[in-house]
Amino acid sequence: MADRPWIFRTYSGHSTAQASNRLYRSNLEKGQTGLSIAFDLPTQTGYDPDHPLAAGEVGRVGVPVSTIDDMEQLLEAIPLDRMNTSMTINATAAWLLALYLAVAERRGVDSESLRGTTQNDIFKEYLSRGTYIFPPDASLRLTTDIIEYTVDQVPNWNPINICSYHLQEVGATPVQEVAFGLANAISVLDASQVPAEKMPTVFGRISFFCNSGIRFIEETCKMRAFTRMWDRLGRERYNVEDPKLRRFRYGVQVNSLGLTESQPENNVPRIVLEALGVSLSKDARTRSLQLPAWNEALGLPRPWDQQWSLRIQQILAFETDLLEYPDIFEGSRVIEEKTREIEEAAWDEIRRIEEQGGAIAAIKSGYMKRALVESNARRLEQIESGERVVVGLNRFVESDPSPLVGGEAAGVLAVDRQAAELQLERLRAFRSKRNDDEVQTALTALRDALQNGNNVMPPSIRCAHAGVTTGEWSDALRDAFGEYRAPTGVDAPVKLRGDGPINEIRERVTAVSAQLGRRLKALVGKPGLDGHSSGAEQIAIFARDAGMEVVYQGIRLTPEEIVRSARQEGVHLIGLSILSGAHRALVPEVLRQVEVPVVVGGIIPDEDAAWLKERGVAAVYTPKDYDLYRIVGDMVEIAARAHGVG
Amino acid sequence: MHTALAEPGTDAEVEEVLRGEDPAIARVLAQVEDVRPAQLEAQRQIIRTLESSTPAANTVIGLTGPPGAGKSSLAGALIRHWLDAGHPDSAAGVGMVAVDPSSRRSGGALLGDRARLRFESGERVFVRSMASREQLGGLAPATRAAVTVLRAAFPRTLVETVGVGQSEVDVETVADSVVIVLQPGSGDTLQFMKAGLLEIPDVLVVHKWDLGEIAERTRSDLLALLPLLTTPGDAHWDPPVIGVSSQSGEGVSELAEALASHRDWLERSGELARRRRRARTEWILELFSRRYGTRGIESLGGSESARKLAASSPGTALDGFSDLASRAGLESAPK
Repeated sequence: MADRPWIFRTYSGHSTAQASNRLYRSNLEKGQTGLSIAFDLPTQTGYDPDHPLAAGEVGRVGVPVSTIDDMEQLLEAIPLDRMNTSMTINATAAWLLALYLAVAERRGVDSESLRGTTQNDIFKEYLSRGTYIFPPDASLRLTTDIIEYTVDQVPNWNPINICSYHLQEVGATPVQEVAFGLANAISVLDASQVPAEKMPTVFGRISFFCNSGIRFIEETCKMRAFTRMWDRLGRERYNVEDPKLRRFRYGVQVNSLGLTESQPENNVPRIVLEALGVSLSKDARTRSLQLPAWNEALGLPRPWDQQWSLRIQQILAFETDLLEYPDIFEGSRVIEEKTREIEEAAWDEIRRIEEQGGAIAAIKSGYMKRALVESNARRLEQIESGERVVVGLNRFVESDPSPLVGGEAAGVLAVDRQAAELQLERLRAFRSKRNDDEVQTALTALRDALQNGNNVMPPSIRCAHAGVTTGEWSDALRDAFGEYRAPTGVDAPVKLRGDGPINEIRERVTAVSAQLGRRLKALVGKPGLDGHSSGAEQIAIFARDAGMEVVYQGIRLTPEEIVRSARQEGVHLIGLSILSGAHRALVPEVLRQVEVPVVVGGIIPDEDAAWLKERGVAAVYTPKDYDLYRIVGDMVEIAARAHGVG
Repeated sequence: MHTALAEPGTDAEVEEVLRGEDPAIARVLAQVEDVRPAQLEAQRQIIRTLESSTPAANTVIGLTGPPGAGKSSLAGALIRHWLDAGHPDSAAGVGMVAVDPSSRRSGGALLGDRARLRFESGERVFVRSMASREQLGGLAPATRAAVTVLRAAFPRTLVETVGVGQSEVDVETVADSVVIVLQPGSGDTLQFMKAGLLEIPDVLVVHKWDLGEIAERTRSDLLALLPLLTTPGDAHWDPPVIGVSSQSGEGVSELAEALASHRDWLERSGELARRRRRARTEWILELFSRRYGTRGIESLGGSESARKLAASSPGTALDGFSDLASRAGLESAPK
């Protein structure tokens, strides 16, 4: 019998709830079968749009949802009882789920009919995505609160989506992706306070979100390894007898890390091959698929770009014969051997993590983060040396002019700059018409639950109805749990190659430092709410290897904090990394107040790069600048020139 | 932000440093970190002026311990405590020097402590990260000078260094009080102490106190060990062992109180003056041997004699350095 197609999704959301709702409805009309909501960074990190840290970030990488009214508008005319909704939300997952459930209640939709997923995986936020707020133990409590609540009240909801996806995005090897993903799941299951007879149900509700890279044969084996290991964990560790509950259920977004800014049309075949890696093997086939847009490395994709990705899925599912066969790798010795190799290495790694006290301990100690930073440095070095071929980037780089990019359209979506203003006005209007007494009573009930260790979901749903905002809900939790700064991993003992361009740069650093009277010193940090720190981490590591003293300040900084640090540290140069697109709002604030040169890296369209340089930025680096040694060499010369040494 | 900047090296600039103003402190730090010999005279001036105007009560606290013990978080929690509105010195601020190791191969360093520290914009905290460079002993060459600058500006200056075994040796010679930060279950450090490889610090912190039982066990191990390693006497200080959780804040004020009473004890016992003299001597010897090497020390009659000469030389450490150089006939020697 032919397999049913997976759920077709497109990760999307931007500007306002209203604009995103329009987009969702048009995507559903085109044959998309589920929603995947992208929230903006203030919503993900628990700030209202009028918080200073939200400057420049409102509505940028996703939709802002500050209140129940926003959620209602976002889901307008979308039948919740027939929809499968995936929400990429983590630190504030309990809150966004509460808003979703409150909207369903308002519409009289039975909670048993609600289907969907809250990502709710804070582990990978510490390791990769950076939208964590609270310390690991408090975060784990929120995660398990959601699990315990939904298992009873929203039984068809996937309360957690353990993400190995983001680990590959910061350089994880297939073995690391499998091992860290499963170790994280073990920590969550071990922490869940459910009666033993309910454990099989809970186990069956855990789903995963995986990545698929360009080495699609190995990726196929990785998914088979995942499937078998999960089954074994269920059987042996959690006494799950029903094989159906031990199925490894996972969704996928294929790899964005390997997509190139240069010759972006090559990304289309990449995306197709990566989709094969998670669909070829029936026994390990994905349940839902999101494909990035071909031009993602250039900026925000347009609806047409997303449509192209949806069409790829539809061709794969409906035109090809993929779904007509049982598992085509049955009996393949080669696939079996590779699968077993990944499996064994991953069990070893899981054992090492367990010996340290489990995933939480390995996150707190920085063990996992350092391992990822090291893998990523290795990967970048391989691209730089040409050992790893990336067509159009480090090989076969010659190209005729592309008709797809350039010209007026620039090939990406221009963000509606008024959206943030609109959102602010909406929030102010909402605050003025709500009943303040109800808000305060609901917040008090929330604080009580936090203090007494009661499940956070019921009082959060009450807060949603009462008109509490995302920032207010998050502040209550900040007061109770405190905020956390995760290990940065930049202290990993990364050994880079000792040959090649590095020696020349080291000599230059030594010469420039001698003239300056002290060693060349740089500050590297990420202003704004974007937590994707791996670019900044790698620049810091390569600059250190080139002989510079690098003050690494980490993520979620205000321009003011960066200025202050740069001054106190007496650095010769500042490097800022911003991937959210908020560079126009954040960089000038820094420039205005410092006298040393500033370089910026990120997803920055050419037009914006020119704009930044006009305002005094010394250099702008984008994903096509893959050679980190060249960037670091450049930074040395920029600093030397600015300080008048040769 | 102030508008008119004081000229470098002037009284006005020193005034600004003493008031704890960021730009002036940063300028002076850049100046004293400069290794070019031509800078020595200006550095001598500024250090002399700063030392003579430093309030007598200002103090330096060393924070050391093995990697992963959470020194930066603890420093953050302590600073937060001193800046708390209820604290009598909250307006005066805190200084901090965070030392991280340099790569021997490249000479570069990653200074990551700032990623762990977070302060509000109005709070008066000055943090300078430094690399230990080629120096053994865990202190950057300019750390002593930087500490002198910050000590002039703030009632309290923290010096954070990594390491256990030998690297904490130097922090003893720059700080008035030394805190060692241990994480629960750190048997290695206990072994170091037993073997006499590790000097007994003034205060011991068992960090990550929220881990519960294992933390309490580490504390009782330490409490059992300490009496065997210290000799009671009149001018005796019993090093307290304090459980602290930076996460929950538990034990932080206890630690601050222990530091305050250690500081009282230093003064009462005369130990403060002894430690400051020792710090000065070490600084002189460090400057001298970095500039003139073992040959320079030999021309002073060996290390014992050099140490005596350093101890009896007049003025600041930089004056003492020049004194030793001229005694050795090296005043105008090329670098």
